[in-house]
Amino acid sequence: MTTDPSTGKPFARREQHSDRHAARPPDLTPMNPGPAAYSASELLAVMSARLLRDGQVVFAGVGIPLLAATLAQRLHAPGLTILFEGGVIGAFVEPGKLPPSTNEQRCTHRANMVLGSTDVLLLLQRGYVDIGFMGGAQIDQYGNLNSSFIGDPQGPRTRLPGSGGGNDIASLTQMIVAMKHEKRRFVRHVDFITSPGFLAGAESRREAGLRTGGMFRVVTDLGILGFEERSRRMELQALHPGVTVGQVTANTGFELPVAADLTITDPPRENELAALRNLDPDRLYTA
Amino acid sequence: MTPAYAELCRRTKERDRSLHEKVMSLEDAAGLVPDGASVGIGGSTLSRTPIAMIWALIRAGRKDLHCIRSITSNEGELLFASGTSRHMLTSWFSQGIVWGVSRIMRLYTESGRARFEEWSHMAVGLRFRAGAMGVPFLPMRSMLGSDVIGQLPDARQMDCPFTGEKLVLVPALNPDFALIHVPRCDPYGNAQIDGLPFMDIDIAMAANSVILTTERIVSNDQIRRAPDRTKIPFLAVDAVVEAPFGAAPHECYGLYEPLFNHLDAYATRIREDPQESVRTYLERYFYAPKSWTEYLELLGLEELLDARRRGTGIYDD
Repeated sequence: MTTDPSTGKPFARREQHSDRHAARPPDLTPMNPGPAAYSASELLAVMSARLLRDGQVVFAGVGIPLLAATLAQRLHAPGLTILFEGGVIGAFVEPGKLPPSTNEQRCTHRANMVLGSTDVLLLLQRGYVDIGFMGGAQIDQYGNLNSSFIGDPQGPRTRLPGSGGGNDIASLTQMIVAMKHEKRRFVRHVDFITSPGFLAGAESRREAGLRTGGMFRVVTDLGILGFEERSRRMELQALHPGVTVGQVTANTGFELPVAADLTITDPPRENELAALRNLDPDRLYTA
Repeated sequence: MTPAYAELCRRTKERDRSLHEKVMSLEDAAGLVPDGASVGIGGSTLSRTPIAMIWALIRAGRKDLHCIRSITSNEGELLFASGTSRHMLTSWFSQGIVWGVSRIMRLYTESGRARFEEWSHMAVGLRFRAGAMGVPFLPMRSMLGSDVIGQLPDARQMDCPFTGEKLVLVPALNPDFALIHVPRCDPYGNAQIDGLPFMDIDIAMAANSVILTTERIVSNDQIRRAPDRTKIPFLAVDAVVEAPFGAAPHECYGLYEPLFNHLDAYATRIREDPQESVRTYLERYFYAPKSWTEYLELLGLEELLDARRRGTGIYDD
């Protein structure tokens, strides 16, 4: 299991787990003036799904990553191979039957293979995986993720659930992280590096012995962030419709350079939202 | 937990590895585990958690077990709150992501009353695998550069003697006991596992003693008709306990899914008042019932049947 998929709050009602869906209208917060209304987590799922390419092998954590990978598989990337740390290769998660973690039988639906959890993680080390995809509780300017401690690790203000497979995934493959864009989550230095990004920037990741992988993109509800080629510092690469650069910097706890070729993302399309809501009709992951 | 090799082999040789019956009650199996023992727990998160065995250990008043599990859900909360364990070695510890960060885990670890020793998921797996292989460590390429390894004096770094690359060495885990829940096994302990095996085979082969709980005990003839399905061999197993719904309220692949209503209600109560809620939960579900069957009655037929319907549905189109 990896980290907080941005919907950190507890969310558990019977119908969200059951395959007997209560047909209740979704509570949607309009985020743009266009025809389609969507929630922040739906925006996250759609935008990060678009980054996945057909034919890739993606190692997905629970929550938005699992949902976005499945969405990509249903839309533009039918040949996407999804791995789960519970020990699943090539899953095809069933609409309305989202698993409570990546370790339950729901993760195995129409999979090609189940295997031990150590063995599926070893696929990362062996180089079979193109993209690691997870949520994040706290991230810094070099893309290091913290899901272990808030405050001093020796006497933490908050003990968080920990790495799960997060450290292994981030150590061994290219990463997409999906998370809410908040100042308390985007900090200059994380309190603890659970899952390594580019460590202290420049060549430091490689010098630490991590020969592969690194942060590729961070997708938030405000925009898409990448990492400068040399310094390996986070930079703003795209804004979601209706979002300003000022909004992004106001919600970021460190100086955030803006890419020269800053783009604006296309708003979620009706077919994307429809497919997403079909997958998660009970809004287990897309509150 | 990484004993000298000769000692590891001696303990194995001393075990009765013959094809003999080892069926016993939950209570007798719990009696095999002394206070302070190290215990590898099978399954992961809400899957094939050996709840019945944990239930029996908590009822027996066992103290200070050093527990190891790949990912720890609310069984870890119950082990901490009952005093059965004050040390959990795991990669992730909370009931499950949909229920948020565990208030019990926070309460016990932030106050220093119990320890959550965090290793990466693959590190836990390779430590069990090294134990199962009879080697003192395995090398790996993750945890480098992170703060996780800085918290772990037991993990070492070295330059590879062949390539010069930096590697992390993780020491073998050979726990005193493995507690593993399976869908079926025979009276000798030949265990068949459907669906996700997690780390269970390595845990069983690494441990110095294996206690199996099983949904049902089948004949040795049935095992011999499909030996390819056998994942844990009898010669590693020391106790077999039949415990139907032995992972409830968690799931057992193809038989029942988690009892979500029960887990939701538990999480809600824990959020409101962690200390008091976990105490009353342990009293009601763990200490008060006279038998495992009575515990299942408390979970309720309606929930069990619903979990069964969802669980067996994995095989339907």
